[in-house]
Amino acid sequence: MAESTESTESSRTRGRLSTRLRRERISSVWFTVAGCFAIGIFVLIVVTMVYQSLPLLQEFSVAQMVTSSNWNPGENQFGFLPAIVGTVYVSILTMAMGTPIAILTAIYLAEYAEGRMKTLVGTFIDVLAAIPSVIFGLVALLVVVPFVGNYLAPAFGSSATGQGIFTVSLVMSIIVTPFMISLSVESLEALPDELRETSLGVGATKWETIRTVLLRAAGPGIFSAVLLGFGRVFGATIVPAMLIGSQTQIPDSPFATGQTLPTLIVNDFGELMSLPLTQSALIFVGVMLLVVVWLFNFSAMLIRRRLKRRWQY
Amino acid sequence: MDRYAKQRLVGYLARGATALVVSVMLFVVGVTIFRGARILLTNPSIVVTPPGTQYMLRAEGGFLHAIVGSIFIVIPATIVSMTLAVSTAVYLQSDYSSERFSDLTNMFLNVLWGTPPIVYGVFVLTIIFATGARQSLLFGIIAIAIFQYPIMTRYTDEALRSAPDTVKEASYGLGSTRFETAQMTVRSALPGVIAGVIMGFARGIGDAATVLFTAGRSTNMPAGPMDGATTLPILIYENATSPNDELVAQAYAASFLLIVAVLALIGISKVLAGRFARYAPGGRHS
Repeated sequence: MAESTESTESSRTRGRLSTRLRRERISSVWFTVAGCFAIGIFVLIVVTMVYQSLPLLQEFSVAQMVTSSNWNPGENQFGFLPAIVGTVYVSILTMAMGTPIAILTAIYLAEYAEGRMKTLVGTFIDVLAAIPSVIFGLVALLVVVPFVGNYLAPAFGSSATGQGIFTVSLVMSIIVTPFMISLSVESLEALPDELRETSLGVGATKWETIRTVLLRAAGPGIFSAVLLGFGRVFGATIVPAMLIGSQTQIPDSPFATGQTLPTLIVNDFGELMSLPLTQSALIFVGVMLLVVVWLFNFSAMLIRRRLKRRWQY
Repeated sequence: MDRYAKQRLVGYLARGATALVVSVMLFVVGVTIFRGARILLTNPSIVVTPPGTQYMLRAEGGFLHAIVGSIFIVIPATIVSMTLAVSTAVYLQSDYSSERFSDLTNMFLNVLWGTPPIVYGVFVLTIIFATGARQSLLFGIIAIAIFQYPIMTRYTDEALRSAPDTVKEASYGLGSTRFETAQMTVRSALPGVIAGVIMGFARGIGDAATVLFTAGRSTNMPAGPMDGATTLPILIYENATSPNDELVAQAYAASFLLIVAVLALIGISKVLAGRFARYAPGGRHS
């Protein structure tokens, strides 16, 4: 009697163990599949898009397309120069306006703000980062476009409708700032308090501590935050499409209308989708965006590693 | 300028910059909520009315199609993406993969994370061309799921990484399998995981570039998964530049809904994170 209970018990535990092991094996297969998904989807995206842009690359050389300013897909002229210039123009102007504000705000949040104020401002910045960019575009059409068109552009002696490079840059700097702030705050707050205490202890002022110690020690993180912000502006689509005016020309002033690489895709996909070469050209724009953003990410990583070694504390 | 004056000046600058950022945020949210609420209060029926046949020309009817489209695209996409993202993070953080493979995957995840949404849109569009299908709700779901995946994985991965090792060690010590240990780790990091999923949801519901070409910009109610659909951000984008004032007004009403949804999601994630903190060792007990 006792023997039989023991045997059923052991068989039950063995049964449970085998179920557990089976579950373990099945889940292990699933997790491996999921773990490879990131690399798989990346490779799939690159391969599909390069393959689809091959028809264009067989007709024209990359160097020729990138330096030509004739964009006329209907007549098979694919010059990407205006869009490239527009994208670079917007990115640089945006970063010039956004970066100082972002770093100063990050310094405030990490070094000055305390207690309830810190939570409040932090929450506000989270909210700002979560607002869909299309809403910024809508509000900008109501507020920024008339302001730039009626006051700012005439003040600089150029007539403009209000849509253009500068408007896009202004709105993009609002969108990208909270993103840079939260990344910079993270790397500032990761620094040990001993750094601050030591520096203040030998008589440095708060600003001297920030400038010579904290910004250096957190430098790699802040630098890569800025680079990631740059990449984000580079690929922004909806706000430029709403505000840039979408004229394929090389902009001659900050208030001129223009075109960025993503807006090229948005504006030309609808009507020209039926032409295979145009379709291929617009997919090639996607490839260019992917390559540039990839370079940004990669250099952010490299710089972070290098600076970390040089600016050790 | 002596060094103390400089210190004061930087203090003012930092406060000024913060005040600027906060006031811009309050201004944008304020304008949207104020205008949107006014339009919704004078004509609340536009939310529940499907669009008429002449919607883009004469603003017949409301924008129920965009609300339905948003719900039926973003919720399934979030579920798919969440499953994949949590599994990937578990794979990377538990003892399934080697460290080198984890590093490699993390690099690719970072690249995916920084990839512009329009690239995902174009990628799914090339799939649509290749398979000869039409732009539809289903492809919208696929595009949004791919877009959300790196965002959610990043947050989840970070949450699992910050989960204390003691959980894992205790679990293995009791003879658990890797799967059971992973369950415990995920549970102890639940606040972070949930915050990540909700952040992904919020990004997905607000993104227009991925669904612009994949869902089909239709102005009818979606009839099924293979039918064209539209989402709230696309509706706002299309209506914003319309010469018809009524359509612009509807764009504001849609923005109001979108902003309220995003704010509610942030609130929910804060509340849930507080509630699930009790699973974390050393977390608040409730």
